[in-house]
Amino acid sequence: MSTAPELPLWAALVVSALMVIGAAIALIGSVGLIRLNSFYARVHAPTLGATLGVGSLLIGSMICFSVLQSRPVVHEVLIALFVTITTPITLVLLARASLHRDRVEGNPEVPKSDHASLDRHDG
Amino acid sequence: MTAPLEVLILGWSLTFAQLLVGLAMACAACRILVGPRAQDRILGLDTFYVNAMLLLLTIGIRSGTTLYFEAALAIGLLGFSGTVALAKFLMRGEVIE
Amino acid sequence: MNRASSLLRRVIPFPLLFLALLVMWLLLQQSLAPGHIVLGSLVALGATWAMTALDPEPVRLRRPAAMLRLALRVLVDVFRSNLAVGTIILRGNRHSDHAGFMTVQLDLRSEYGLAVLAIILTCTPGTLWVNHDPARGTLLLHVLDLVDEQSWIDLIKLRYERLLMEIFE
Repeated sequence: MSTAPELPLWAALVVSALMVIGAAIALIGSVGLIRLNSFYARVHAPTLGATLGVGSLLIGSMICFSVLQSRPVVHEVLIALFVTITTPITLVLLARASLHRDRVEGNPEVPKSDHASLDRHDG
Repeated sequence: MTAPLEVLILGWSLTFAQLLVGLAMACAACRILVGPRAQDRILGLDTFYVNAMLLLLTIGIRSGTTLYFEAALAIGLLGFSGTVALAKFLMRGEVIE
Repeated sequence: MNRASSLLRRVIPFPLLFLALLVMWLLLQQSLAPGHIVLGSLVALGATWAMTALDPEPVRLRRPAAMLRLALRVLVDVFRSNLAVGTIILRGNRHSDHAGFMTVQLDLRSEYGLAVLAIILTCTPGTLWVNHDPARGTLLLHVLDLVDEQSWIDLIKLRYERLLMEIFE
């Protein structure tokens, strides 16, 4: 198959495994986007790719470039940090926007107020 | 002329990983097209961006240069700001108040 | 001693932010050359001064040991919940019938602590932070596998909230 950088065997094996695992996790997350049957359940799916999927690929990339350039290459940490901070922001914003829309439309799937289940427990 | 075993292993598994990420992008694209509601499409778009970032990372490893790193970071940034703007739009009906 | 630290405060209003920005600059440049350190310090200094205009509430971080424990705990939980959610997705639709909303009463009041809790809960697949009511201190969550509500409450209150209160309050 086409080109790939020349790594020692152990590094090639580790990097290959991490690549395939990360990609598979991202695929499972995206499949969940299709298979789960309500919007709020679907919001959980992309976090798989954004946590372990990205993490696994980034560790693979770090190992690959550290071996290739024979010095520690750690700037992938930036992407990891960036993704862990931004993914929750987008998902929470999206969930809140959706909750707001559902409440305005009177959709019975969502609780009418934040305290619905607490009030039920108290009373 | 045959490539050494290590290069073959890495090359094939990179191809496989790219195939998997490509399928993941197809799933996300499906959700963008099917919907049914606006928030589903935005969620699909966000996933599409994350998967595109992963694809860029695998391409970067195949090329053996760190050039693609900046591209991956940039696509992550674009995806973030795009999704936040769209979610804000859903919430209030306008992006900047 | 005290005067020196107040002078440092005036030159670098947010030392942690300054350090983080400098490290980010050096990582982006992929070099530790003195020129990059000077340039990065200037950029970070400019950004921290710009930050004073926003006048954010000061962060008080304590107990580095607790921070490390929390980080390890979150890492383990991310692994575990990735596995759990992965199996739910692959096993098919009938499981997502258990998904639902739940409410937790939080004792944590620090804004920064709440922000970190939001990131932790949303980053672990299976739990999603939806809405927090600061007046009543209640948190609306969406959970993918809502079979035992009490176990999720225990997870949040005992595993995360206690440590976060140690760190931020």
